[in-house]
Amino acid sequence: MSFPLLTATAALPAIGAVATAAVPAARRTAAKWLALGVSLGTLALAITVLVRFDPDGARYQLTESHAWIKDFGVRYELGVDGIAVALLALTAVLIPFVILAGWHDADPLETGSRRWRPTQGFFALILAVEAMVIISFEATDVFLFYIFFEAMLIPMYFLIGGFGDRAHEHGEEAASTQRSYAAVKFLLYNLVGGLIMLAAVIGVYVVAGNFSLTEIAQARANGSLHMATNTERWLFLGFFFAFAVKAPLWPLHTWLPNAMQEATAPVAVLITAVVDKVGTFAMLRFCLQLFPEASKWATPVILVLALISIVYGALLAVGQRDIKRLVAYASISHFGFIIMGIFAMTSQGQSGATLYMVNHGISTAALMLVAGFLISRRGSRLIADYGGVQKVAPVLAGTFLIGGLATLSLPGLAPFVSEFLVLVGTFARYPAIGIIATFGIVLAALYTLVLYQRTMTGPVKPEVSAMPDLRARELVVVAPLIVLLIVLGVYPKPVTDIVNPAVKQTMSDVHKTDPKPSVEAAK
Amino acid sequence: MENLIALLIAAPLLGAAVLLVGGRRLDAVGQWIGTLLSAASFVFGLILFADLLGKNAEHRTLTQHLWTWISVGSFQADVTFRLDQLSMTFVLLITGVGSLIHLYSVGYMEHDERRRRFFGYLNLFLAAMLLLVLADNYLLLYVGWEGVGLASYLLIGFWQHKPSAATAAKKAFLVNRVGDMGLSIAIMLMFTTFGSFAFGPVFSHAGDASEGKLTAIGLMLLLAACGKSAQVPLQSWLGDAMEGPTPVSALIHAATMVTAGVYLIVRSAAIFNLAPDAQLAVTVVGAVTLLFGAIVGCAKDDIKKALAGSTMSQIGYMILAAGLGPIGYVFAIMHLVTHGFFKAGLFLGAGSVMHGMNDEVDMRRYGGLRKYMPVTFITFGLGYLAIIGFPFLSGFFSKDAIIEAAFAKGGTQGWILGGAALLGAAITAFYMTRVMLMTFFGEKRWQPDENGNEPHPHESPKVMTIPMVLLAFGSVFAGGLFSIGDRFLNWLEPVTGHSEGHSPISAATVTGATMVCLVIGVGIAWAQYGRKPVPAVAPRGSLLTRAARRDLLQDDFNHVVLVRGGEHLTRSLVYVDHTLVDGVVNGTAAGFGGLSGRLRRVQNGFARSYAVSMFGGAALLVAATLLMRAV
Amino acid sequence: MNPVNYLYLAALLFTIGATGVLIRRNAIVVFMCIELMLNACNLAFVVFSRMHGNLDGQIIAFFTMVVAAAEVVVGLAIIVSLFRTRHSASVDDASLMKL
Repeated sequence: MSFPLLTATAALPAIGAVATAAVPAARRTAAKWLALGVSLGTLALAITVLVRFDPDGARYQLTESHAWIKDFGVRYELGVDGIAVALLALTAVLIPFVILAGWHDADPLETGSRRWRPTQGFFALILAVEAMVIISFEATDVFLFYIFFEAMLIPMYFLIGGFGDRAHEHGEEAASTQRSYAAVKFLLYNLVGGLIMLAAVIGVYVVAGNFSLTEIAQARANGSLHMATNTERWLFLGFFFAFAVKAPLWPLHTWLPNAMQEATAPVAVLITAVVDKVGTFAMLRFCLQLFPEASKWATPVILVLALISIVYGALLAVGQRDIKRLVAYASISHFGFIIMGIFAMTSQGQSGATLYMVNHGISTAALMLVAGFLISRRGSRLIADYGGVQKVAPVLAGTFLIGGLATLSLPGLAPFVSEFLVLVGTFARYPAIGIIATFGIVLAALYTLVLYQRTMTGPVKPEVSAMPDLRARELVVVAPLIVLLIVLGVYPKPVTDIVNPAVKQTMSDVHKTDPKPSVEAAK
Repeated sequence: MENLIALLIAAPLLGAAVLLVGGRRLDAVGQWIGTLLSAASFVFGLILFADLLGKNAEHRTLTQHLWTWISVGSFQADVTFRLDQLSMTFVLLITGVGSLIHLYSVGYMEHDERRRRFFGYLNLFLAAMLLLVLADNYLLLYVGWEGVGLASYLLIGFWQHKPSAATAAKKAFLVNRVGDMGLSIAIMLMFTTFGSFAFGPVFSHAGDASEGKLTAIGLMLLLAACGKSAQVPLQSWLGDAMEGPTPVSALIHAATMVTAGVYLIVRSAAIFNLAPDAQLAVTVVGAVTLLFGAIVGCAKDDIKKALAGSTMSQIGYMILAAGLGPIGYVFAIMHLVTHGFFKAGLFLGAGSVMHGMNDEVDMRRYGGLRKYMPVTFITFGLGYLAIIGFPFLSGFFSKDAIIEAAFAKGGTQGWILGGAALLGAAITAFYMTRVMLMTFFGEKRWQPDENGNEPHPHESPKVMTIPMVLLAFGSVFAGGLFSIGDRFLNWLEPVTGHSEGHSPISAATVTGATMVCLVIGVGIAWAQYGRKPVPAVAPRGSLLTRAARRDLLQDDFNHVVLVRGGEHLTRSLVYVDHTLVDGVVNGTAAGFGGLSGRLRRVQNGFARSYAVSMFGGAALLVAATLLMRAV
Repeated sequence: MNPVNYLYLAALLFTIGATGVLIRRNAIVVFMCIELMLNACNLAFVVFSRMHGNLDGQIIAFFTMVVAAAEVVVGLAIIVSLFRTRHSASVDDASLMKL
């Protein structure tokens, strides 16, 4: 038996989490370095996966399979396709930056504060989330996936509820109350989604007799497993609901702004750039493969909801007064694009959506982490408390602008490629929806530039006049992300080459082919 | 030789990267790095131009494939450059005028502490603009298209500490984004129609597509052109864009970027030729804008805004010409090039005036400046003569050709368009004469500013006047150089095609009519601003004047309908999201909370009340059992 | 004699006991009423045993007596300790365990 690479990729951060948590309280710096080292090790493993993965090879590669709960046919089955590899790489790339950006977020507060800040716990929880996200991307057993999909909530709950922004305008008590509200809201939303999914998971077992994604998908494809139309639709809805909460799709989105607002910037990045991606990824992998017919049946409604998400999220972002809430609503708009691309059922749409997940992860991380640096300097999340930062901290403003430009999908930066692919893929099949979604790009420019204008330009406000520019550690966090944005914007081929074959497979799962251009069709 | 094409873009791109990432170390030499790399690009352009001239007309298209950019299914986008006569013309204009303006900026921005960054942005602009005109497919063109928008955003808002500049920059980007939406929809339509959006396949298959599709593509391209070229109804950003430093106004908002819309339409000739409805829309937009811009230009007292109105109007001419089809394409581009010279020259002149006048922009505070800055006066004067179409200067040849072509459209349309163009010529003569008279003639009207500093008008340094002189040369001779022997026509014809229209009136008549219009315009202006002294405070003016001062109320309309409406919409949506969407969920939670609160009261701690519920429960069970047995 | 009459008696005793539990406040009285109810049940069991001609009812009656005895031990202990701490034997005074 060969080396279980996929298990190792997930196990390393899991072990790292335990080890970090076990570091004695006095040696908090050691814990930070340990966590960073583990995340870099995971990145190395993820790169190994990327290198060993052959885009033109079998659909699932590096597979591992062991019996786990024999009585119920639950297996420990791992395997990655192109889509999973891309997201695995994204996760592994982002976590070191999240750790580095949050370097001081869990330091003990000044003496006199009653709150205890467990530094070790913070970094251990981040690593735990990483492990669970990675195994969710790798699992090809529905039950195994479900367990980690749900288990992720536990560390996330503590990360949101336990660590907030340092300063708060209404004092610590109010901050703590709001944080718990956000954390509980996050937990309840996702738990409800997850429980509905659990019912559907059991339903799949009842219908199919096992939990193996590959077996069920194969049986569905060759017709040996028949599902009654209604059964398939109910099961699809059960899965989709959970993923739509996680993604999040309008109108199940309201937990995200609260969670992102209250969490520290690195945790907010963890939520929107990493954990939420499991939702959209699972739509592509589980919804489309297990329930192709029901997916097609639900497509019109889902596309409309995605469209509403795009426009609604963008409009709400325009109306926000809080920087982090603004980014959260912008993300809701972007998740609308991802879901639209997935359900447009064209290769451009689905490749675009996968690419979008990767690019959105990077661009949101860049924007949100810089916003976090900004907020930590002034101790306020309100846009109105800033002004003229550009003058005192030009590098911070410059990186913030680049993050913003990536968010508004400026050509030349990575998100443009994916957004355009999604739009073109949608337009090819549903022109009206494609055109309305295009309005999203105008609105994106609006909220980004308004944010930039209000915070960075104009006369320097007295409160920001002494603001220091980005420090070396912060620059180390932001610069590579910006380089990635530019590189993937100019040369996205490495990612598309990996993703394209997997999307082709998914397209054939749902028995769809790209529409032909009308000039050819006429001939 | 093809490999040089990439270097055209690479040189200024390198400059932008070095200057923006390099940091403060480069503060001292930044301006020269920028100018040098821009000039390098111009030199590459000249080499390529010489190479093209050495070839036969039909072999003058060079392509360079660099790498495959996006490839998903049948969606193929390559990074491929295409250099033909049309893009060559633009390359020379962009890099030539661009280099001169870099040089000018060395003097103009001398005392700005963020000068290095200014040159970085200028280089970024050049790279994006060159990418726009060299792209071999529409998606790559789109990258350049938005790239110039970004550069324009950064440069308009260069003095970010002024809220007005930051707002103007944002407005320019947003209005442009509306246009960009048109371009992206056009690309999507091309992809679904032709399966490609590269120039080659699209143009060669244009004949196979239905007219409806082509019209839709044409209209979307027109929307894009309206945004970038400040045509009605997306013109509102250009006036505000004058918040940027004056070299920026000269380069981006007069000579090059704003003409990108004309390039787009001429480049897409194959589509427009087969979509007469779209062409008609183009001509209407052009005609409306050339009058709109001219009227606005008449009422402005801010010298830069008056010139901005003029730019809008002149681009209206180009768009009009481009909409006329093969009769007009060549003249659209010719006017574009000559306009590039004289309008850049005029803006640089305006910048020179402001430089000497403590950045005063109100023409009512100028007057009699010809004595103080002779070089500026002469170069500005030559640009002025060129733009109003004074015989045998550049504008005369190119504008006259467009007016003739408009008449040659034939039928009622021809008369209306030609008439509008003639009227525009008269108004142009009026407002430009007004600018000229108010600035350089009459009595001096300047006053000390609020700090008591009285301006001491003086001529600008050599580094600024040399570019002005060179551009003045272009303004004087370019038109004649292009027109004698139809050189420009023969050069461009292989790309754009050309046909002579059937004009209902002879060319000489048109020229005569244009001259009459010119004289009338100049005459009225002289009567108003030359004969009698100009009041230092603007008179109230007629209704039209007042409307024109406010950009014909377009901004007010935008403000009421879009800005206010949008604010109300977002605010109510925020409310809805909080109360309704979130409210449903929170309401459910609160409902359960309330229910449990009620139920909690049953647990009152009195043993006897628990006993009652036990007895009651037992009784109920017994009753139920009995009832079940009975049934 | 008709055994049904004993059942009437049992029902009567049970009702008296239940009413006492519900309306009296003194813990001792409540306690005795519970005993009364238990004994009413015992009586019913014995009567049923007689009526059905087997010994099941009588056996259960013994169990009940044992349970009742155990209950007396625990119950009286609680009442006494309650009285010691609060100087009152009223069941309504001991209402601390509410939400």
